[in-house]
Amino acid sequence: MNAPRNNSRNAIQAPQRKASDFRIRSNRLAEFSVERDYDKCIKCEVCIRQCSFDVHYYEEEEDLIKHRSEDCVGCQRCAVLCPTDALTIRPNPAQYRAHGSWSSEHVKDINLQAETGGVVLTGAGNDKPMPVYWDKLLINASQVTNPSIDPLREPMELRTFLGAKPDGVEIENGKLVTSMPPQVQIETPILFSAISYGAISYNVQKALAEAAVELGTLFNTGEGGLHPDFYKYRDHAIVQVASGRFGVHPDYLNAARIVEIKIGQGAKPGIGGHLAGEKVSESVSITRMIPAGTDAISPAPQHDIYSIEDLRMLVYAIKEATNYRVPVSVKIAAVHNAAAIASGIVRAGADVIAIDGFRGGTGAAPKVIRDNVGLPIEFALASVDKRLRDEGIRNRVTLIAGGGIRSAGDVVKAIALGADAVYIGTAALIAVGCTLCQKCYSGKCNWGIATQDPYLAKRVNPDIARKRLVNLVKGWSHEIKEMLGGMGINSIESLRGSRSQLRGIGLTTEELNVLGVAPAGN
Amino acid sequence: MKDLQRLNNPYCDDKVLCSCAIFGMMDSTGKVFSGEPVFRAMINMQERGNGLGAGFALYGIYPEHQDYYALHIMFTNRDCRHDTERFLETAFQVERSEEVPTRKTAGISGEPLVYRYFVRPKPQGTNFVNDDDFVVQSSLKINSELDGAFVVSSGKNMGVFKGVGYPEQIAEYFRLDDYKAYIWTAHSRFPTNSQAWWGGAHPFCMLDWSVVHNGELSSYGANRAFLETIGYKCTLFTDTEVMSYAVDLIMRRQKLPPEIFAKIVAPPLWEEIDRMSEDEKELHTALRSVYGGLLMNGPFSVVIANNNQMIALTDRIRLRPLTAATRGNFLYFSSEEASIRLVSPELDNVWTPMGGMPVVGKIGSLPKPDDSRKRNTSAARPMAEVAR
Ligand code: SF4
Ligand code: SF4
Repeated sequence: MNAPRNNSRNAIQAPQRKASDFRIRSNRLAEFSVERDYDKCIKCEVCIRQCSFDVHYYEEEEDLIKHRSEDCVGCQRCAVLCPTDALTIRPNPAQYRAHGSWSSEHVKDINLQAETGGVVLTGAGNDKPMPVYWDKLLINASQVTNPSIDPLREPMELRTFLGAKPDGVEIENGKLVTSMPPQVQIETPILFSAISYGAISYNVQKALAEAAVELGTLFNTGEGGLHPDFYKYRDHAIVQVASGRFGVHPDYLNAARIVEIKIGQGAKPGIGGHLAGEKVSESVSITRMIPAGTDAISPAPQHDIYSIEDLRMLVYAIKEATNYRVPVSVKIAAVHNAAAIASGIVRAGADVIAIDGFRGGTGAAPKVIRDNVGLPIEFALASVDKRLRDEGIRNRVTLIAGGGIRSAGDVVKAIALGADAVYIGTAALIAVGCTLCQKCYSGKCNWGIATQDPYLAKRVNPDIARKRLVNLVKGWSHEIKEMLGGMGINSIESLRGSRSQLRGIGLTTEELNVLGVAPAGN
Repeated sequence: MKDLQRLNNPYCDDKVLCSCAIFGMMDSTGKVFSGEPVFRAMINMQERGNGLGAGFALYGIYPEHQDYYALHIMFTNRDCRHDTERFLETAFQVERSEEVPTRKTAGISGEPLVYRYFVRPKPQGTNFVNDDDFVVQSSLKINSELDGAFVVSSGKNMGVFKGVGYPEQIAEYFRLDDYKAYIWTAHSRFPTNSQAWWGGAHPFCMLDWSVVHNGELSSYGANRAFLETIGYKCTLFTDTEVMSYAVDLIMRRQKLPPEIFAKIVAPPLWEEIDRMSEDEKELHTALRSVYGGLLMNGPFSVVIANNNQMIALTDRIRLRPLTAATRGNFLYFSSEEASIRLVSPELDNVWTPMGGMPVVGKIGSLPKPDDSRKRNTSAARPMAEVAR
């Protein structure tokens, strides 16, 4: 077999590959099958240039473009960009013999581990066909006894305030005398969730920040610090303080509208993070305040938080550092005892709690954790909201739900279950081009999102990405307004915690109880 | 715990749906007058009710006991009256107790016993709460724990009379023609999904704050969630219940004035708030973010009263009707202007308040309309009158 021809990448040359770079041929079946219609292929080599997994190559002898299906991750980049539609990428029709217990995925993972001896890594969110409770909830609308409202003709309000609320206000001579805890105003109850620079490219974080500015909402730096260029978006930034404390310094904290302490992430509850050294470019290294090329490892716990009192100390340390100007958020993964933890977090002084469900995305996580640990956000949200209400402390905290919000319908359902706002991460990346190939951890994202390779990263034009993000959130906001109008309400606060606007379909009594909704037809 | 929901909301709907007629009349000099015009006004709006509930709140009817809380309590049987009286005697000094006088009335059936007690909380031990809170807590306790007993009203020098029937039947039954009051509010119901239960009629009352309400709150679930977080228990599944808890929380407990109450339940739009002066903007932003759960979304008009005032308000986009008018010392609120003109053909001012703008009439001061809302006071006489 001929060595692949050097790809003629325009600006940046791909490193010359040696024969020894090729992996020993694995005995795993390929996941995808690449099919090329040779009648259509004009040998333009677009596919060769586009595929960072080096699936396509030019064979001089036969003067043909060929491919190695086993390296394909199914990202569809080549198929979309092929000018003659010569390529079809589909799940490999060849599968191991069907088995009710041992799926092809199990067999492949076992083989992979037998070959490497390591943890199976993955990216994006849990892809298992577990129940999605959003799809089992139906929304109400008004008929006859109360009129529905047309959002195109009448005002419809989505403005939301993040931050703790007092029990009441005092007024003297028409002036507010109560001093309000810090509040952050957003124009739609949708925020971009934490995605660090490092996990994603500079261009994508820039697009998220600019979209947040344009939409009047917030983006979240994730645990990777705030790049010096991005301080100009400070009025729309949530900055994270995570276990690795990357990029945390007084200016960083004070640049934020909200400081978020990251305890956990829905895709990988209970474990830390690992940004491979290859992704720690010069610019990432400045932002994270670590040497370039070194692995950025976030420990599993925050080593100064071993208990709720410790969390309280950190919450107040941050409040001190920011002069009590900004709300402090605590983000936790949805886990079985989320309600009790959330109650403790309120008492620890947090102003915002972000709960991340087990379908939330990730740049890198052990697959066994992504697919087996945690709780659906619907359950965690419903039980946290209920617990805080029962304890009479719900107003002391803003609840943000994230991890698996896929549409405006999910947003409406989340707010009716008790969320003040939602975080979207995966949906935002899909808007920018992500096709959920789950290879984010490899640094080779063909869509230029989860990568620091300048050749790949420039595939995302930040202006276009910004526009697409703005369109997405505007579209959803519009749909939310339509649904509110249908329920006969003209302001988002009249939906909050209004579980009677929901009915469950095909759910057990226990599930309905946890969600606090009545069955459909009742 | 007894199940008030089963009584008032037999099908366990999310809440009781209903629409209504409301009327209020006040003499701002505080002089008491007969309810005859109020009855006529309600008869004129008979279309808006269906005979499944009506009631009146009367202020100034017990001057001889004005220092005592007047508890109007309904009983479905004699046993529960004994239980309740035993409870009252442990907690209160009972100055006087008597059956509320009634007369046999055609069309009224299934009537409960209604008693009134003039009481004062006994001096308490260590866990002192103020008298008002004590009365509220005791009423809630009776309503939720004593089977067959329901506190209808609990204010001083006032009382609520309500039941199942048309307003004129209820007035007749409770002999309201024998009373004189300086504020009368009245209500007639058109419930679509509740059985007739005497306790479910309006007005709703906590201490001397009474509420008559015509509305269908689309935000009921959110309002209820907010109030239950604070500790109110919504047992009746009606909009009016959440409205009266909101009145209790904001105006009685947190002592905010009616104008602010209006800005909480029917707040201005954000685009209006954005145009306000800095101070006003700060205030309204705080009100909306702190009390967002009390925004009463969807159609409503409401007349709220206590011993010193009568307040009318409609929802922020004015989806239910309300007319206000004044003549001499008198202030009128009504679902329909025709009813006001029926009882007072000559008016000094008559206007349709803007959505979310409260009209507040106090003893000693009558409200005036915005010039823009004012209407011709010599409008055509109402059809009902002409036909007569
Ligand atoms: S990895 Fe993506 S670009 Fe490469 S062959 Fe597969 S689908 Fe095409
Ligand atoms: S971000 Fe890139 S690598 Fe990750 S799933 Fe999406 S397309 Fe694949």
